[in-house]
Formats: sequence, C-alpha cells, structure tokens
Amino acid sequence: MPLVRVRGPLKRLADDRSEHVIDAPTVHELLHELERQHPALTGWVLDERGAIRRHINVYVNGERGGPETTVEAADKVDVLPAISGGCRR
Amino acid sequence: MTELLAATKKGLFVLEGAPGEQFTITGRAFAGEPVEYALRDRHSGRLIATTTSPIYGPKIWCTDDLAGEWAQAEGIALPDDAADALKRIWVIVSGEAPGTLYAGGDPGVLFESHDGGASWQVNRGLWDQPSRPEWQPGGGGLCLHSIAPWPGDPQRLAVAVSAAGMWLTEDGGSSWRRGNQGLVAAYLPEEARTESDSLCVHHVERAPGRPERLFMQFHGGVYRSDDAGESWTSIADGLPSDFGFPLAVDPADPDSAFLIPLKADTDRVTPEGRVLVWETRDAGASWTARGEGLPQGDAYLTILRQAFTRAREGAALELYFGTTTGEIFGSGDAGASWSTVAERLPPVYSLVANA
Repeated sequence: MPLVRVRGPLKRLADDRSEHVIDAPTVHELLHELERQHPALTGWVLDERGAIRRHINVYVNGERGGPETTVEAADKVDVLPAISGGCRR
Repeated sequence: MTELLAATKKGLFVLEGAPGEQFTITGRAFAGEPVEYALRDRHSGRLIATTTSPIYGPKIWCTDDLAGEWAQAEGIALPDDAADALKRIWVIVSGEAPGTLYAGGDPGVLFESHDGGASWQVNRGLWDQPSRPEWQPGGGGLCLHSIAPWPGDPQRLAVAVSAAGMWLTEDGGSSWRRGNQGLVAAYLPEEARTESDSLCVHHVERAPGRPERLFMQFHGGVYRSDDAGESWTSIADGLPSDFGFPLAVDPADPDSAFLIPLKADTDRVTPEGRVLVWETRDAGASWTARGEGLPQGDAYLTILRQAFTRAREGAALELYFGTTTGEIFGSGDAGASWSTVAERLPPVYSLVANA
C-alpha cells in the first residue's frame, strides 16, 4: 500500500508519526482517508471544501502531484508545506 | 499591573507593566505564525487566539495557561453551501452570556461559541442573508471585523462587515437587518450612492454606558449613532482626515471617542509624519489632538484596525496602540500623555489590554 509521509505540525496531529500506510487510488482520496484516520488533521491539509490547501504541495515518488494523481501500492507520497519565500506574510 | 496581548505577524506576545513604564514581555506563543487577534475571555479568563497560517489556514485556539498547551477549537469552517473556504478570523469578542463568544471572519461570517471558545458554529441568520451574493469585499477582504454586544442584553448585537455595512439583531442572531441610514459612500459615483449597500465600515465601538450610542470609523467618514445603529450622523468635522481604522471609547463617558486618523486611503500613514490621537468628549462635536510623548516628526506609522485598545475607565483610562513597525505606545491618563511601552516587536496586528 502507498506510504504517506508528513512532517512538522502535520506529523504531530497524525499521532506524532511521520509515516502512514494508506490504501487509496488517488491523492485526493488518500488525503481524505488520512484525515479520516486522524481527525485532528481536519482542516489542515484539505479545506472545508475538500480542496488541497493552496500552499500544501503533494509529491508522488518525488514528482509534484494533484488531487487526481493516481497512487499505486509501492508509491511514496510526501505532503509538504509550499516554500513561500518572499510572501508578504 | 496591566496585561497586553499583542498579536503580531510572528506570534502572540504577552506583555506586562504599568502605564508610563516600559512593559516586559512575559510570554510568547505561536512563534513564527501570524496571530490575528487574542483576548482573555472576560467571563472565564481563558486566553483565546486566532492564527492564520498561510499554509494550514485559519484556526482558533484556547488555553487556560499561557505556559501550557493550546487546544484547537472545533467548528472553524464555513458551511457546506459556501463557495470558498474560510480565509481569516479578524476579531473575537466575549458575549454577554457567560460562555458565549463571537468571532468575525472573511467572507463576512459570524461564528458563535457557547462553551467558552472550545467549539464554534456559524450564525446562520447572517450567513443566509439573501443579499449575501451582492456583498462586496473591501481592500482587506470581506471581513466581519466589528462585533458590539449590548451590555446586559445577550439578544442584541451589532456587527460590521467591510464592505457590506452594519447589521443589527435583537433576537440573539436569528434575524438581522441593516443599519446604514446616513452613511455616505463617497468612494462611489454620486449617482450610485443612494442605492448601493457597498458600505465600507472600518470599525465600530459601542459606548457601554449608553448602549444605543455607537461610534464608527468609515472608509472616508466618521459617524455617531444614537439609535442603536439604525441611523448615523457625521462627526468628522475638526479631524485632520476622515480616513482610518483604530477607534476606542472610554466606558465611563458615552460622549467620548478616540481615533488615530491616517492620511488617506491611498496613503495609510499618520498625517504629516506626526502621531496624534484625536479625542472627543462631546460626542464628536469637537476634537482635540493628544500627542504629548508621541513622535511628532518623521513618523509615518500605520496602526491597524484592531491595534488600538483600552483598559480601566474615566481618569484612570489606559489607552494603548501598536504599529506595523513594531512599537506599542501607551497612556495611563486617558490620552493626556503617552510613552513607549514596547518597541522592536514584529508588526502588530491587534492589541488587547487587561487591567
């Protein structure tokens, strides 16, 4: 099954574990399942519309993925905050 | 001893001190995160703060102990029928009933909590306003930034949305009506002013000792209402500018209001490089500049909407304001004299004083 890796506050909210094995066919469904298994993550990766937050990046095997990107059993999925250098805040 | 909760671009700073002295930083939370607003609930004493992470979105947090853990509040999300996600929480206010708090956010949303801030629900009465699709955002977004409870009556509340004007309820938020009579949107073409509800209210404060009186800083205008927000009269004559955001009142004097005008919407700094707090003690009939101890040359400061606060009242009224350049100035004598309370902080987004 795919391996999902989170860090920083997301790791803390996900039972303080950085690696999670989750079976789902797409990035979007995988993130939903991650949130379902760890309700403290609700609202942190996906907003209340179910969309991936604008400054969250998802990589599948090192390549930038989107919500519809398919995920295979041996894939590694990284959920990362975007690098927002130069932003006003 | 007075406590200041300074919400900044880089975390929440808690400062303590006495008026006329430099305050000491006694605590910091959410290091590195933008904190929009923080208050101590007047019923429970609990600290409540709101952060807007550019990555993880807006949250509300609570703690009974600044040195301890903050618990994330539940329910800070828009209803399923919303087109977008919640962008930001602007302000949190204690309600009249113990356990009740209100939070205002973007897009023009009012949250309410009845368990001391642990969980929140969207106020559907305001959310379901039929005119909502026509609500226009101001420069800072469609922000619900002012919440004015009615002392002693939890059923009555006034809120302001930029730029959807004033909204009033007398049934605890089940139903709402507009309260905009007399406001003039000078930023609109003259022909459009009478019909438009695109009213960019910047800040509203209620006079606690005379609750039917409210003061308003508008986007180009300063107003007073003596009928609980139904209608408004201009009180801008005598001010150097009718543009600004910060507004405070003295709870002991319903004829009092304090403003820190900025030069103009195109130049949001203190006019002529002088930092002045303008005071009225006759409900806006006249204004007096208070600047003793404040920078009076080459000081082009910006004070944001929520960065002006007060504690105590009457002759002991304390006033404090923070700037986007990281200073906090304070007065312990109702604005007659001022001193620097703190400096070299991150940009101050909001300031709340507790004495």
